[in-house]
Amino acid sequence: MADEQNSAGDETNRRDFLYLATGAFAAIGAANIAWPLIHQMNPDASVKALASIEVDLSAIETGQSITVTWRGKPVFIRRRTQGEIAEARTVADTDLPDPQNDAERVQKDEWLVMVGICTHLGCVPLGQAGDFNGWFCPCHGSHYDTSGRIRKGPAPKNLEIPSYEFVGDSRIKIG
Amino acid sequence: MSGESTYNPSNGFTKWMDSRLPILRLAHDSFIDYPTPKNLNYWWTFGGILTFCLVTQIITGIILAMHYTPHVDFAFNSVEHIMRNVNYGWLIRYIHANGASMFFLAVYIHIFRGLYYGSYKAPREVLWILGVIIYLLMMAAAFLGYVLPWGQMSLWGATVITNLFGAIPLIGENVAIWLWGGYSIDNPTLNRFFSLHYLIPFLIFGVVILHIWALHVPGNNNPVGISVKGKQDTVPFHPYYTVKDGFALTVFIILFAYFIFFAPNVLGHADNYIQANPLVTPAHIVPEWYLLPFYAILRAVPDKLGGVALMFGAILILFLLPWLDTSKVRSARYRPLFRQFYALLVLDCLLLGYLGAQPAEGIYIVLARIGTVYYFAHFLVVLPVLGIVEKPKAVPESISEPVLGAQPAE
Repeated sequence: MADEQNSAGDETNRRDFLYLATGAFAAIGAANIAWPLIHQMNPDASVKALASIEVDLSAIETGQSITVTWRGKPVFIRRRTQGEIAEARTVADTDLPDPQNDAERVQKDEWLVMVGICTHLGCVPLGQAGDFNGWFCPCHGSHYDTSGRIRKGPAPKNLEIPSYEFVGDSRIKIG
Repeated sequence: MSGESTYNPSNGFTKWMDSRLPILRLAHDSFIDYPTPKNLNYWWTFGGILTFCLVTQIITGIILAMHYTPHVDFAFNSVEHIMRNVNYGWLIRYIHANGASMFFLAVYIHIFRGLYYGSYKAPREVLWILGVIIYLLMMAAAFLGYVLPWGQMSLWGATVITNLFGAIPLIGENVAIWLWGGYSIDNPTLNRFFSLHYLIPFLIFGVVILHIWALHVPGNNNPVGISVKGKQDTVPFHPYYTVKDGFALTVFIILFAYFIFFAPNVLGHADNYIQANPLVTPAHIVPEWYLLPFYAILRAVPDKLGGVALMFGAILILFLLPWLDTSKVRSARYRPLFRQFYALLVLDCLLLGYLGAQPAEGIYIVLARIGTVYYFAHFLVVLPVLGIVEKPKAVPESISEPVLGAQPAE
């Protein structure tokens, strides 16, 4: 066999270049075809077009909560009592699994607005329950405090705060 | 294993066919005159039973798809429509729903038979790995199918499982959004789950063909665990094992029919007869019974990523089993220590299954942690060490010897 090979056998030749170029071309082509097939599963235009919502807060008394739907998710809006605010403020941040100051989580002390989805595996926690008088997720036992911060259980993060703004004294716009 | 073909085309047509597409020869050599160890017991009948389960699920599933509507506004009602209006719809749906449970019952017996008799050891590693792939596909199909009725357990089970992917570092959240096609489980999710639920059984069918192919190269393992030495150790598949499989299948179908006709909802959850509501999580989310041990492992770990990793690890570790078990003796009959650890593993899996159905609190979590530790220790510590320290009992010379006594050497 060795005798039959031409002397250029060990060097890079035109055929090697053609192999590589063809292979690279095919790979790029395959990736280009694959992307639309993958990307079609991402949120479509109609899902993304879901408008932000406005919520009227005037009917909520101190100590009451409401749940509204935003982007298919529940959003908890709670008008906290002074006791709950005080409880949330007395905790040292460093003791928390996901350290965050209560003041960073609210725009007005009284109003706590957060996505009502447990950061563990996505259940909806129950309000005013659990060891910290905040929220308790019945699925896998995560306890959140009166600021919606994770205190105990498998959830890694505090309940998410959506982007929102007050558009009046008692109206907010979420999203 | 099959060696020379004994197929004899008997008429003009089969002769003509045989020289063009020898599919009848393949069937004859695989399922009629296939040489099978003569000592297989009833634990070996579950391969046939599982084939029956797969075919049953495909047939009933195709029929259900004729009447089901994969849309969040109609899915729940279309299932009730199947139950109340479609002719025999209740029967077909109950067969399909309970069929999933029966499928898993059979596959667990099949897997534990393989674990007991060392069917995963050389030269059957690929056969075993294909089996684990089928098992994974089955779990995917069962999960996707459970979402389709769009009841409360459908929605919240799907929420928990898809959020598992959110535990992947960095890209997790985008993966979850990609799977959902939105920011939560909604109509796009239901649609694609229906599409994939329809696809997976055919993937399983394909892998089953590979599984049987990989079985027929080395041939069946057997309760003694030693290789077939020659023709004196085998009998033809038909009629010996067609009849044995047929009898076992009949008994299995009696159990199946009991569930369909007398307890069709006992394996399900009442919550799934409440239409899905994204704003209310049921107080107690529980997966179907066949996924409970893995659910217990997930909840035993007080860390999201850790729990998800261990849960998937509990299945993926099975892929490595052929190399983790260092013992050369296949059958547990000749491994006195292994038998005890095997019994522990069975009890451990049952315990984890029980714990998966309990609330995640107090003593249940402690027990689930112990169970999880033993599960992994069994594969990662016990099996590698046992092969070295255990002194197996004398393994017989031939398959016949345990029954007929030692034969004089020829």
